[in-house]
Amino acid sequence: MKHLNNLFEKAKPFVEKDGKFHWLYSTYEAFYAFCFVSKNTSKSGTHIHDYIDLKRTMSIVVIALMPALLFGMYNVGYQHFEAAGMLNSTEFFNIFWFGFLKVLPIIVVSYVVGLGIEFLFAQLRGHQVNEGFLVTGMLIPMIMPVNVPLWMVAVATAFSVIFVKEVFGGTGMNVWNPALVARAFLFFAYPAHMSGDSAWISVSGIEKLADGFTGATPLAQAVTAETANVPIPVDFWNSFTGLIPGSIGETSTIAILIGALILIVTGIGSWKIMLSTVGGGVVMALIFNIFGGNNTYMTMPFWNQLVLGGFAFGTVFMATDPVSSSQTERGKWIYGFLIGVLAILIRVINPAFPEGMMMAILLMNTFAPLIDYIVVQGNIKRRMKRSKIIA
Amino acid sequence: MPNYFKLKQGLDIRLKGASIATSVPEDIPAPQTIALKPADFQGLTPKLCVKVDDSVKAGDALFFDKYRPDILFTSPVSGKVKAIQRGDRRKIMEVVVESDGKNESQTFLKKNPLQLTREEICEQLLKSGLWPFIQQRPYGIIANPKDTPKSIFVSFFDSAPLAPDVEYILKNDKVALQTGINVLHKLIDKPIYVGISSKQEKSMFTSLSKNMIVNIFDGPHPAGNVGVQINHVDPIAKGEKVWTVSPQALVYIGRLFDTGSLDMSKVIALSGSEVIEPKYYNTIHGTELCELLKGKTKGKVKERYISGNVLTGTKINTDNYLGFFDNQITVIPEGDEIESFGWIKPGLNKFSASSTFLSKIFHKKEYVLNANMHGDERAYVVTGQFEKLLPMDILPGYLLRAILAKDIDKMEQLGIYEVIEEDLALCEYADTSKTPIQDILRKGINTMINEVG
Repeated sequence: MKHLNNLFEKAKPFVEKDGKFHWLYSTYEAFYAFCFVSKNTSKSGTHIHDYIDLKRTMSIVVIALMPALLFGMYNVGYQHFEAAGMLNSTEFFNIFWFGFLKVLPIIVVSYVVGLGIEFLFAQLRGHQVNEGFLVTGMLIPMIMPVNVPLWMVAVATAFSVIFVKEVFGGTGMNVWNPALVARAFLFFAYPAHMSGDSAWISVSGIEKLADGFTGATPLAQAVTAETANVPIPVDFWNSFTGLIPGSIGETSTIAILIGALILIVTGIGSWKIMLSTVGGGVVMALIFNIFGGNNTYMTMPFWNQLVLGGFAFGTVFMATDPVSSSQTERGKWIYGFLIGVLAILIRVINPAFPEGMMMAILLMNTFAPLIDYIVVQGNIKRRMKRSKIIA
Repeated sequence: MPNYFKLKQGLDIRLKGASIATSVPEDIPAPQTIALKPADFQGLTPKLCVKVDDSVKAGDALFFDKYRPDILFTSPVSGKVKAIQRGDRRKIMEVVVESDGKNESQTFLKKNPLQLTREEICEQLLKSGLWPFIQQRPYGIIANPKDTPKSIFVSFFDSAPLAPDVEYILKNDKVALQTGINVLHKLIDKPIYVGISSKQEKSMFTSLSKNMIVNIFDGPHPAGNVGVQINHVDPIAKGEKVWTVSPQALVYIGRLFDTGSLDMSKVIALSGSEVIEPKYYNTIHGTELCELLKGKTKGKVKERYISGNVLTGTKINTDNYLGFFDNQITVIPEGDEIESFGWIKPGLNKFSASSTFLSKIFHKKEYVLNANMHGDERAYVVTGQFEKLLPMDILPGYLLRAILAKDIDKMEQLGIYEVIEEDLALCEYADTSKTPIQDILRKGINTMINEVG
């Protein structure tokens, strides 16, 4: 540690003002802050400060994402070897390794592009680098289909960091969840790569696909089944564990639940939003169940709705983003509930958008300030009323 | 039957080094010098009325409020003015009086306050220099003697970290306490509100019965803050004023009317993890600290001395003086050293308001906390932290935004009249983004004073 500190101390004169590499100052500072908590002490106000900082907060979210990410890597390999009909003859480690090699480049591209832009903006503004992108950079790969071209990841990341985050003022100021916008950007700009049956399973190098292979996600199958009016072929257990085609990190409900547990126990993710989103989803699914008639998608039981597609992932990791979600405690209940309702509504009613969760969260991101406004006005009214009673 | 308020929000920060209540507080040699610090009062512009080498008695004015000249600040001891310390732009930092050890006081009216008129009481309080103890909420500034507030509040317990036990430090002054309550009662001609903690239900404060209404508060800090108690008992709306007085000031006021002289001796707590033997000491208002602190701290690490508690106190040097409103000196490690990869360590020794450290599993353990920021200032990201720490129907995050936006209407609506720095100090402590919340709040209050008055 001492050597590392000495190294930083030696580099300092070069990046400080008037130094030769001053344009790297924000970068220097970010790396320093990554390695060390600075020795700044309290100058005004409280003399003691909590040990928590934004870096720790974000790190915990990244840790919470790990189970879903690791499972996602395994699942990429699993889907590949299943498509090739070689699942039984391949060892666990090889399955994982295949997925790892597929996913790692996407993660690297996301971080390099995103952090590069963040560092640049921090330097231009003379700010310190905020830690927000640690999470965003991990979320973006996890909601991509595995076959997404790397240049698309780069374009989408750049788009969302610049136009969703930095133009609004950087971390803490964005209206929408940057990771979701990256996904939405690709969804609308390059639909051919983001949906359809070829996006979800890496079939490169497979000479002969297994019999009965379609490559479609269960949500896409559900739409097909609805049109044909046949029962929807959902295997609840496979969907729950996550051995289904889908975006890299979204398939395994159980891995996501482990992440949810970490977020709730540490208090980093709002349990109110998670609970109300699930509640909203269940309510909407039940309404469809009751009034859906013969439509097979509408009569799909709610527990299947919850484990399919991005619902679980969105609930735990996207809806709870503190910046783009509702900021008042009451508002969080309303916000989450409406996400759940809208996600199922969009998914079932509009077959063009199988991923209703993404739409629902972005829509509610837009309305979150309105919800907060109503809650704050409620607080103001209550306070005014109170004073009238006294007078 | 007193009203009982159960407060859920808040946090008791479990610091090491609470002062131990011995049978009697320890005596230390009377201080050579004492001082008054104008900076202890918000928004005060002091104007001197003594020169260096003037001799003064206890109760003789040292300076007064430039804009309200009847508000005097008097010497707590007799002696002569030793120095007038000035800071930047000749701002008066301290008026230092060298004690002659005789403690002669000016003579004041010695009479039962219940038989005096409001005017006589005001005059006596102003002349003796005890008026500045009467603070006005909104804003936390010295009350205006021409106002009649809708109520007066005293909180008989201090819930801040390592705070002294108020009952212990006042235990010899029960008579003066009742006289003090009577004095305040005469100022508004109705009973004053007294807040006690649920642990004090059998204390001497409940046996004082005249001219006061007792409210019991149960809950973590800031339950002892008088602002919190006002919010629950008699909240402040626009245009209303409430006065607040510390229990220590009640004793000074009581003694003044009981004896006709100014006696500002008091008991203070020396506490904190760096104090060898944290306990209580008999001393005097505004005392110098060099004698008090000499040899009493461990000196193993760089130390930070605080007049007051760790949340709202003032950082001082050992050659400085006890603050006007403080009953406590806290010594904690400065902690100006780097820590490697602190953001990922499990943190068994790191007390936190959040649940992100393993220390959460200990419920009784006491911690050594230093003055390190533990991170740099960041954008406001994490929501829902503040609401858990403020037992009032106020949204601190939105109030702070209104202040930063200088939106006077919103500040008013969101409750700026009800809070001062101490009420939001816990939020500042726990804030992930390390925002200087108390500074921001004071800026907002100053805006309100300038724009609304």
